[in-house]
Amino acid sequence: MKMLEVQDLNVWFGSGRDRVDAVKHATFDVAQGESFGLVGESGSGKSTILRAITGLAPDWSGTIKVEGQAIGHKRPKTFFKTVQMVFQDPYASLHPRHSVDQVLGETLQLHGFRDIDARVVRLLDDVGLGQKFRFRYPHQLSGGQRQRVAIARALAPEPDLLLLDEPTSALDVSVQAEILNLLADLRTEHRLTYVMVSHDLSVVGHMCDRLAVMKDGEIVEVLGVDALRHKNAEHPYSRHLLEASV
Amino acid sequence: MSTLLDVENLWVKFPSRHGVFDAVRGVSFTLGRERLGIVGESGSGKSMTGRAILRLIRPPGIVEADHIKLDGVNLLDKTEKEMRDVRGQRISMVMQDPKFSLNPVMTIGDQIIEAYRLHSKASKSEAYAKSLEMLEAVSIRDPERVMRAYPHEMSGGMGQRIMIAMMLIPNPEILIADEPTSALDVSVQRQVLDIMDRLVKERGMGLIFISHDLNLVADFCDRVLIMYAGRIVEVCDADKLHEAKHPYTRGLLNSLPRLDDPRDRLDVLKRDPAWSEAPSVSGRV
Amino acid sequence: MTEQTLKQWLLTDTPTSRRHAKISAFYQGWLSFRSNTMAMIGLGILVALVVIAAAAPLLAPHDPYVQDLGNRLAPLGTEDHIFGTDSLGRDILSRLIYGARITLYIVALVALIAPVAGLLVGTISGYVGGWTDTVLMRITDIFLAFPRLVLALAFVAALGAGIENAVLAISLTAWPPYARIARAETLTIRSSDYISAIKLQGAGALRIITKHIWPLCISSLIVRVTLDMAGIILAAAGLGFLGLGAQPPSPEWGAMISEGRRFILDHWWVATMPGLAIFTVSLAFNLLGDGLRDVLDPKAGE
Repeated sequence: MKMLEVQDLNVWFGSGRDRVDAVKHATFDVAQGESFGLVGESGSGKSTILRAITGLAPDWSGTIKVEGQAIGHKRPKTFFKTVQMVFQDPYASLHPRHSVDQVLGETLQLHGFRDIDARVVRLLDDVGLGQKFRFRYPHQLSGGQRQRVAIARALAPEPDLLLLDEPTSALDVSVQAEILNLLADLRTEHRLTYVMVSHDLSVVGHMCDRLAVMKDGEIVEVLGVDALRHKNAEHPYSRHLLEASV
Repeated sequence: MSTLLDVENLWVKFPSRHGVFDAVRGVSFTLGRERLGIVGESGSGKSMTGRAILRLIRPPGIVEADHIKLDGVNLLDKTEKEMRDVRGQRISMVMQDPKFSLNPVMTIGDQIIEAYRLHSKASKSEAYAKSLEMLEAVSIRDPERVMRAYPHEMSGGMGQRIMIAMMLIPNPEILIADEPTSALDVSVQRQVLDIMDRLVKERGMGLIFISHDLNLVADFCDRVLIMYAGRIVEVCDADKLHEAKHPYTRGLLNSLPRLDDPRDRLDVLKRDPAWSEAPSVSGRV
Repeated sequence: MTEQTLKQWLLTDTPTSRRHAKISAFYQGWLSFRSNTMAMIGLGILVALVVIAAAAPLLAPHDPYVQDLGNRLAPLGTEDHIFGTDSLGRDILSRLIYGARITLYIVALVALIAPVAGLLVGTISGYVGGWTDTVLMRITDIFLAFPRLVLALAFVAALGAGIENAVLAISLTAWPPYARIARAETLTIRSSDYISAIKLQGAGALRIITKHIWPLCISSLIVRVTLDMAGIILAAAGLGFLGLGAQPPSPEWGAMISEGRRFILDHWWVATMPGLAIFTVSLAFNLLGDGLRDVLDPKAGE
């Protein structure tokens, strides 16, 4: 079964003369349990696709289907029990005045869970943080630890589809390795489907089964990871990108 | 090879409520007419080292060193006023994000001309001609249009090239580049590096290239200092970086995902407290 | 040794419970506040003011309302009347001490009304945007366009003179700047990733505004209010001076200056003593505000 189907997706910002078409006619699908990559340079619209799926970019047309069901412009609360997102910059995605406990507790409460304490404990263990981090504030955490908290928050509602928006680009390489390993483990444990946006081809090559190359808001090519590794891209732009990122 | 810059036992200290924090701890190195890379993770003190050379550490931070000699003259003995002549005139610095380094309400042309006339008594038309030449030197195709543009009209790669052009106008002996390409896309990154490379070769400048990207540094520099917790843990030739010995450097290299070498799990760096205890390796030649 | 462990417990990076985390965060804020000597002086003065106001009947040597026409306009240092007496022979020191109560009352009321109104209007306007924003901000602009004292005068004239009406008038003129600040902060907070993240948990506008935006706006508002307090005290005193605030015989400091004005050349202390009191308290609030800014303002902090 398909986890996510995107057909002819257009996303734009502003209107009239100021209208910017960030994504044009994007079509791709992601199978259940698959890990799919979106690569491209800054401004290519790769993150915008994720924001359109979650409803953070309100102006879009086309079809987005999650687990076979088309989603409208207003998303029901249950939608967020299926789809969750991890943001790029862990320094910006945690509320500066909320402790880890508050962040996770509020998320669980919003999704109607009762056994909040037990779940907070479990989530922290899941992302490899442990209990001693529970009552810390973001400024008492390193970048990698913050990103683990953000991942725990995304896992709280037990989603099936996790959207990852450059989850490691703000982190040091050694920390990046830890987070990528964690994401790989979580995927097997929780049978998650990933859509991962990155500008780093080697990260996508490591994490994903298939990837779409984007340029100026359009998907120019969808490749399998083997084609990526052997540099067998068809489209000249994908080839150019591959050559530049040695 | 002549030595341009000679740094001996450099410390950068930040006193705080919980005691003194040492950002850089006893670093020594020399710079000739070469491309010297400084790599390390965030918090390793690599940026602080670059700033300390120009004495750009803001109070309460303190810079201490046995000496920081530029052509045999100790920069630490200079007054703040004399330092201002050194900055820009003899040592230039390019920062990570060009957006924050350019004045948003002045055209690029005016900014370059102003920078040029600050350093030499050229007439306005001479300065204009020189500015055009500089923009051409950094491979900007349509320099006249760029001269009339405002910084927000420029892309990241253009902005960074303009910054480099501005830094090169006074013909400095040393260029310190702090993550000059990390805000740029890979394809643009290449072009900016090529420009810096050519300028270093043609003008015989010394370049200090500060970056977190091991592959980039291995590819681009002549010699590399690897910093960890404020100290240099290893010095090696850039083309031999992949044969580095120190477990920290090895750990960093192994933690990178590689397209040509797929693995199920990436190696995670295990930090040994001894690394930060060990004395700094000298980067002098 | 126990003191050492308490300090460690307070300064720990690994709090063990919700309460521990809160106390520890508060203590760290207190430490950075304490290192600011001027702010501590300001805080000291204000604490003293509160104590004086609370213990006024015990501290005041005389009844502030009792007149003694035989001993009117006694100079400074007169026996039994250190600060002298006013035109009706009332003890100035006692009146100042009781006046502290009125000043605190005004300050507390304005501090409750104006920033809260500003916070509500500003955050709603900033978060909702669109037409709501336009309408609310134009109303704010209208209030901002009036000269403060003139607007307050008009309100008091319409509602009648008295402390409560003076407070209301001052609050009405004081809220628009707070609304502006709150709106500007909301606009930057609104587009941040942590607000997007909580939206993705299905949180509604009410929760986002009250639980996520307010905590970040409040600190800068507190700072601004403390810095404005001096102006508010002066405005209250100004209204009192014009005879539109506290009514005689109430020992409000501004009204006392107004009374003393008639004798300012021959009996300068009658107007000067309440003037000095206003000056001291205003200065204390300014010092405190500066110190609080260092502790609370997240932008200046990091």
